[in-house]
Amino acid sequence: MPAYPHKKNGFKAPLPWLAAVVVLAALVALPVVVVAGNLLVPSGGIWTHLAETVLGSYIGNSIILMIGVGAGVALGGVGTAWLVTMCRFPFSRVLEWALLLPMAMPAYVVAYTYTGLLDYSGPVQGALRALMGWTSARDYWFPEIRSLGGAVTVMVMVLYPYVYILARAAFLEQSVCVLEASRTLGRGPWRAFSQVALPLARPAVMAGIALALMETLNDFGTVHYFAVDTFTTGIYRTWLGMGEPAVAAQLGAVLMIFVAGLIALERWSRGGAKSHHTTSRYRRLPRIALPGWRGGLALAFSLLPVLLGFVIPAAMLAWWTFQVGLAASFGGDFTRLAGNSLILALVAGLAAVAVAVVLAYAQRLHPRPLIRLAVRVASLGYAVPGSVIAVGIMVPLVALDRSIARTIEGWTGASPGLLLTGTIFALIYAYLVRFLAVSANTVEASLGKVTPSLEAAARTLGCGTVSALRRVHLPIIKGSLLSAVLLVFVDVMKELPATLIMRPFNFDTLATRTFTLASDERLADAGAPALAIVLVGLVPVLLLSRAIAKSRPGEPS
Amino acid sequence: MNSTTGLVMSNITHHFGQTRVVDDVSLSIAPGELLCLLGPSGCGKTTTLRIAAGLESPSAGTVVLNSQLVSGDGVHLPPERRHVGFLFQDYALFPHLDVLGNVEFGIQSLNGTERKTRALEMLDQVGMKDYAQAWPHQLSGGQQQRVALARALAPNPGLMLLDEPFSGLDKRLRDQVRDETLHVLKRNRVSTLMVTHDPEEAMFMADRVAVMRQGRIVQMDQPEALYNSPADPFVASFFGEVNIFDALVSNGMADTPLGRFSVDGPVTKAQVLVRPEGIGITDDDGPEAVVLAARLLGRVSLIHLRVEHPHLPAAHLHARLASRALPAEGERLRLSIDHSQVFIFPAT
Repeated sequence: MPAYPHKKNGFKAPLPWLAAVVVLAALVALPVVVVAGNLLVPSGGIWTHLAETVLGSYIGNSIILMIGVGAGVALGGVGTAWLVTMCRFPFSRVLEWALLLPMAMPAYVVAYTYTGLLDYSGPVQGALRALMGWTSARDYWFPEIRSLGGAVTVMVMVLYPYVYILARAAFLEQSVCVLEASRTLGRGPWRAFSQVALPLARPAVMAGIALALMETLNDFGTVHYFAVDTFTTGIYRTWLGMGEPAVAAQLGAVLMIFVAGLIALERWSRGGAKSHHTTSRYRRLPRIALPGWRGGLALAFSLLPVLLGFVIPAAMLAWWTFQVGLAASFGGDFTRLAGNSLILALVAGLAAVAVAVVLAYAQRLHPRPLIRLAVRVASLGYAVPGSVIAVGIMVPLVALDRSIARTIEGWTGASPGLLLTGTIFALIYAYLVRFLAVSANTVEASLGKVTPSLEAAARTLGCGTVSALRRVHLPIIKGSLLSAVLLVFVDVMKELPATLIMRPFNFDTLATRTFTLASDERLADAGAPALAIVLVGLVPVLLLSRAIAKSRPGEPS
Repeated sequence: MNSTTGLVMSNITHHFGQTRVVDDVSLSIAPGELLCLLGPSGCGKTTTLRIAAGLESPSAGTVVLNSQLVSGDGVHLPPERRHVGFLFQDYALFPHLDVLGNVEFGIQSLNGTERKTRALEMLDQVGMKDYAQAWPHQLSGGQQQRVALARALAPNPGLMLLDEPFSGLDKRLRDQVRDETLHVLKRNRVSTLMVTHDPEEAMFMADRVAVMRQGRIVQMDQPEALYNSPADPFVASFFGEVNIFDALVSNGMADTPLGRFSVDGPVTKAQVLVRPEGIGITDDDGPEAVVLAARLLGRVSLIHLRVEHPHLPAAHLHARLASRALPAEGERLRLSIDHSQVFIFPAT
């Protein structure tokens, strides 16, 4: 029996906090509940029609995508993480943070740039034709980038950092002694990796793969552009093209079954990862020196993801922007688009952090099962694809709007139209559901800096719970709050599917404009807005890489 | 200055999950009195303190603070409305405020000038006025403790609660800070409940000491009473090393290698505890012992002795002598026993 089973705070009457947390959790859970509930709504012929025609290809494509991306990110993420943490070769220190850069690239932007690069009319095929004297596509074979395989490749390029980050952390945490013991027991470095380091890191790697696959299922821009039929494109089409919300929701529900599997995988892996923290003592990792051609090979392997996932696409975007001309790129309505993106991202970031603070603080004040459960539910949105969230919000919102309109019409005789649907409000709500977990993790971790006795000191010195939050907690965690806002900000800037479905009429952001221009085959014109998204996205990546560079356990900083 | 009417806790019981950590504790502190809760770790003393502060709400029992019911009978006054000062083991200075800001934290009801005057006055009392503009991380442990004391006293609390306030300091500094803290508390005439696991500290600070074990108060009295007439073997041994004899009782007398001691009540077994200070060397008649080792410890000497007895197993015991003349190893001595340092408890 533990001496102190969780040391709960004995305050009675947590009703306001309890109510706030439960209401917030319910609001976040609402879209998923609506989507799941639609499984029970009969939709007649259309669903049967979908099931007979496209559902099979949605499921098949999604599974192939997941297998391909899963294998790709595992190989790329684990391989690079092992090389830069355990080996010494030219530029390995630079690569340690440079490998994060592709995180700043939205998958759809990478898809556009490679299409521009590898298309029939693109520079690569053009150069080949010029070189070989071919005159038409019939003269040679070239892989088609706008395909399922192309989608897998593009997503691997930008999603492998999820595995890289977690695998790298796991390798660093492994006791050097374990590895050295295995070396002295007659294992070579290669077998030490495959028989000791890799099995120890497996939970972290699995969690990273699960996160990457969640992003894969969420992706809309890439698969739409490559004309690969998946659930997200199906939802988009049935919602906006066919005007069938119930069917869109049912597709969302099937998609959620995949997501639930991934959540289970991630939770289970993270549970396993905890048990491996056997020692808190770190020693300087003895890196294996890779001289000569082996170092060159390691460099090439680790440099490739950075080149493919960041340098080449970024160069392409810059080239397009330059080609179109700076005045044309950043003139016109660019300022308006940037302003829209900025305001949406800022409001969503502030809202997400405010809600995260309420949740984390309430959980701290009253760590009861109900509040814990509510907080967990509220942070599950990160796994739910944006298109599902959009449908789950729009369905009840449209119903609500219609009943409001009907009521007002009954009173006044004139219909006010739809009040909530297609407003910024609805869009911010969707962002909040999707990105709350991003801010919640940061806020929760930083609240740990406020020790229980600091809290108790504030209380005994006359502060109520709210005043203690304002005078003690918030000033202490100010820096972390800023970075939480920043993280959500960047995610909102990149977000595509929910924004496309929910944006107000004639309202464009940098992301939606990039999407529209690319869909209209005006790739070069899409360069400037895409470049802006990438540049903003670089900020948190650079902050993260700086944190990584600083926190090398067991090494002089 | 203060018009405190003290603290009364009645029949307090508290559970963490299934574990009963505080078990029917009742205590009262008179105005200006300093009561110490003394016990080993995990005995429930800190929880009792937190209940007094309102940081925990007890499962049962009542807390009355300055004649006002603050806990129990469906009432729970939150800590911010109890007007208590709390001194934490880790001092808990706010890292985002400077020293002055920390001390001013609890006196926001005063206007700007009054607040600053009061804060500086408190800092002056603890000798930290020159550090008003310093940041907590720039201060040493002892300095942080002083600032924390000033901060807790600034709102003129009706009750001060001290949670192992000196345990983070090294020995020499601890004695000094302890002394200063006692004077500041007494000068402000504030009722104080303090928690410690160090008996010497309890005896140094407290007007009265409550010894706790497994959630219960075993004995509550003035320090000298606890030392001179402990209620049970636990209390007796908590205040210092004792020689323990498990003895059989016949005709109302417990039989030990040091002689026979009278026992109250119809028991057949008893525990006889003899403090090392209660054993002396005499030229008169007394139990005989052989010196195993003798060490000078500074102000006293510690003698390891073996006492033999015709029909009891030989016993190893310690004696503390004020004398600095050490007996030789193997020397045979006769012992005198100070009966005020012998405690006899019927064994069950």
